[in-house]
Amino acid sequence: MRARPWMFTDFCREGKMIAAFYTASAVAIIATILMLTRVNAVHALLHLIVSLLAVAVILFDFGAPFAAALEVIIYAGAIMVLFVFVVMLLNLGEAAARAERALLKPSAWIGPSILTLILLAEFLWLLGHGVAPAVQVVSQGPVEVGMALFGPYMLGVELASMLLLAGLVAAYHLGTAKSPRSEATHASHS
Amino acid sequence: MLPIREGFIVAGILFTLGVVGVLVRRNLLFVLMSIEIMLNAAGLAFVIAGTRWGQPDGQVMFLFILAMAAAEVSVGLGLVLELYHQFKTLDTDAISRMKG
Repeated sequence: MRARPWMFTDFCREGKMIAAFYTASAVAIIATILMLTRVNAVHALLHLIVSLLAVAVILFDFGAPFAAALEVIIYAGAIMVLFVFVVMLLNLGEAAARAERALLKPSAWIGPSILTLILLAEFLWLLGHGVAPAVQVVSQGPVEVGMALFGPYMLGVELASMLLLAGLVAAYHLGTAKSPRSEATHASHS
Repeated sequence: MLPIREGFIVAGILFTLGVVGVLVRRNLLFVLMSIEIMLNAAGLAFVIAGTRWGQPDGQVMFLFILAMAAAEVSVGLGLVLELYHQFKTLDTDAISRMKG
């Protein structure tokens, strides 16, 4: 049984949704640019979290409340906690920030930026063709997503579980105590 | 009536920013963060496309991307820690000379 979709028919509410979409888009893009230009890893992480939260707002606007909640919980929560944990473990100090600053010359930015801007321009040009109507947003809640996930996408769920298991095993293998062989190579290095 | 095209433009801009980050930054942590941004932008495009057709399939794909990103980050950060212990640096140039 499918739950009754929730239609955003109220025009006043719709105007607010569109305003929220544009505001969140601007926040996401600005926060991402700030993240890319930071030299301190912790500052960059905080900007990245703001960017992810803004993307969660965009997802909610586009009628995906379940995806928005998972974006906040898993991306901005779990994955970012992993990053923060690793940054704290590495304890990169002022020296690393100075090395980063030396690497971040404008000349390093120009080439890749121009190349990717060309690709972005092509993407926008392709989007400019064809008809892309503004659609009535029908919210697809957790019920619809769950029905699809454990219906036609059952195989995908199984594959994702195997991928997560492989990730778990690999992370355990990488994080476990050194084997004698790697200890020997490490000793020969130092 | 949300604008579908503008949503795709935002996803494209975010993906482009991620590509620039991967190309420009030398710090492995920043490269991983840029990859996260690219995956996130791809998931956003999936969700917007799902909204365009009024189907939950876009969100299902977003979930798969989420699971993939979680596995990728755990393995990637494990590799970052291991490389830092070996080389005492996160510079990708310093690590490009590794052997077997």
